[in-house]
Amino acid sequence: MTAGALGFWRRTRAMLIKEFIQLRRDRVSFAMIVMIPIMQLVLFGYAINTTPRDLPTAVLVQETSDVGRSILAALKNTKYFAVVKHARDADEFDSLLKSGRVLFGIEIPVGFERALRRGETPALLIAADATDPMATAAALGALNGVVRSALAHDRAIPDSDPGTFEFRTHARYNPAAVSALNIVPGLVGTILTMTMLIFTALSVTRELERGTMESLLAMPITPIEIMFGKIIPYVIVGLVQASLIIGAGIVLFGVPVLGSMALLTALSTLFITANLSIGYSFSTVAQNQLQAVQMTFMFFLPNILLSGFMFPFAGMPGWAQVIGEALPLTHYIRIVRAIMLKGAMLDELHYDAGALAILMLVAMVIAVTRFRRTLD
Amino acid sequence: MNAPAPEIAIEVEGLTKSFNGRVVVRDLSMRVKRGEIYGFLGPNGSGKTTTIRMLCGLLTPDAGRGTCLGFDIRTEADKIKRRVGYMTQRFSLYQDLSVRENLEFVARLYGVADPVGAARAMVERLGLKGREEQLAGSLSGGWKQRLALGACTLPEPQLLLLDEPTAGVDPKARREFWNEIHALAGQGLTVLVSTHYMDEAERCHEIAYIAYGQLLTVGSVPEVIAGAHLVTYTVSGDDLGRIATELEACEGVDMVAPFGASLHVSGRDRDKLEAAMTPLRENRSLRIEPSEASLEDVFIDLMSRSRDNFQ
Repeated sequence: MTAGALGFWRRTRAMLIKEFIQLRRDRVSFAMIVMIPIMQLVLFGYAINTTPRDLPTAVLVQETSDVGRSILAALKNTKYFAVVKHARDADEFDSLLKSGRVLFGIEIPVGFERALRRGETPALLIAADATDPMATAAALGALNGVVRSALAHDRAIPDSDPGTFEFRTHARYNPAAVSALNIVPGLVGTILTMTMLIFTALSVTRELERGTMESLLAMPITPIEIMFGKIIPYVIVGLVQASLIIGAGIVLFGVPVLGSMALLTALSTLFITANLSIGYSFSTVAQNQLQAVQMTFMFFLPNILLSGFMFPFAGMPGWAQVIGEALPLTHYIRIVRAIMLKGAMLDELHYDAGALAILMLVAMVIAVTRFRRTLD
Repeated sequence: MNAPAPEIAIEVEGLTKSFNGRVVVRDLSMRVKRGEIYGFLGPNGSGKTTTIRMLCGLLTPDAGRGTCLGFDIRTEADKIKRRVGYMTQRFSLYQDLSVRENLEFVARLYGVADPVGAARAMVERLGLKGREEQLAGSLSGGWKQRLALGACTLPEPQLLLLDEPTAGVDPKARREFWNEIHALAGQGLTVLVSTHYMDEAERCHEIAYIAYGQLLTVGSVPEVIAGAHLVTYTVSGDDLGRIATELEACEGVDMVAPFGASLHVSGRDRDKLEAAMTPLRENRSLRIEPSEASLEDVFIDLMSRSRDNFQ
């Protein structure tokens, strides 16, 4: 038994050393490991700013009144809105929004002040370009308070109770506006998914295409040994990437890590291994490198859309949630958000950690059984 | 299971393999003695590579049985792999690994006691000293082939399977390669080598000729030539092109092949060939001498006959 285990480790180690050397020689892959996380983080860094400033805004003032002036002044003071244009009429107002020159349009209708003084509930129209929900959602949230406090200073207005006036918000072009996200935790998982899948998805097909598989298969090495030899180097690569992203998140964007760093590392290792196993199983099914890349992207897309990275998981229909549960990224995003932002412990995470372990094992079993030991 | 007599390295019976309904190897049986260099000859696509791959467990035969070094080729591929060195037709070491790294990889995989030392020793043996750190992909054809041979002999196998090892290698490198193979056989290694060079065939202890997936003849070079029962004349003189065309049309002439300034005319039936040659003997400008069929004559004859059988 020990002799068997020794042989297993010896052959796995031979494979592992070989993979490390090849990885070191492959400058493009090597650059990818470092560049992808940094590039993504910097690019996504813009979106991380969920409290945007100076959003271009158009106003359509249908009546000149004190109340209108107070509201506009208050809007400017928030710094959320920059009034760039006073529209002459409704047509211009619409075209400004449609062309994207402004993200907001605020319309003060005729008779707004009079209706307000009478204690009626007049409507203030806020038109928001929700094609950019990240930018508009926070500003919309702030608007209500701004207007109310602006009017509170105007003594002529009866007490600003709820119901004094009504906001009519039109979230144009994208009615399902998305709430602000925790980008960095999600990004750790997304970047790892992408790079880990690609690395191992190419590993077996590359040997097939370069003709080295024939030699390898003629040598006394088992599929499990080949698999571990090919996965282990990238576990280390994945951990380097994860620490790069989390480190940059902490330094550049001040993302906190409330929970245990050790737990985060352990569960990240599990997640990385799960993705590597999935990529590797693609590699055993695909006929060539191109197919492997295509399969990777097919898998990557639902990971982005259904994992809760882009859209809130709870808002998805049941069937989409079922698919989401089968994706490692879904569980990892929950884990990372919980550890980094809520300080969660393993007790609270055993469901997601268990799901990751199961997904990893399923992928490994598929890979080992699908691995073609002969050239038949 | 009884292990076969130790002096037999390979013994297979009725091996058959087809891909997508096309039979590539048909009912092939062969026996290779230990310590011998066994030449495996045949045209491209004749099933040589497929047979070799079945011997080392890379392909599963559709039918037939056999042993390699006493282990069943169907069920004991793992044991065979540990004792066999297989050199593929196409260079299949890692091009992005250096000479040393490739050798160390093989040594580690086979569990050689001191992989680094074994690799260093092999580098010296191959005459690659000073090139250890060169990437395998940047070596010339001849060096690549030496490295590949070195990689398969490093784990000290009992049997070498070499699939067209000298294709595309210059004559000097080929000669050195064959000297190395003879040296290895001298140490007791069994070597099965496929080739389509006739001069290489003549350096084998035993040869087998395979065409269209069938083994056509087996034996030492003189045995194979004698077994073909081919009567051959060498015709030299003027206007050989016209004479060749005339002869090819004659009954009893199975093969006409130009060799430099002469023609090799062969036939399986002595009487019919004599009859066909008679008109030529009246031509004073021609010299006609009986000669021995060459290995190439025999193989080309075998091939044309087997094609007749398959069409």
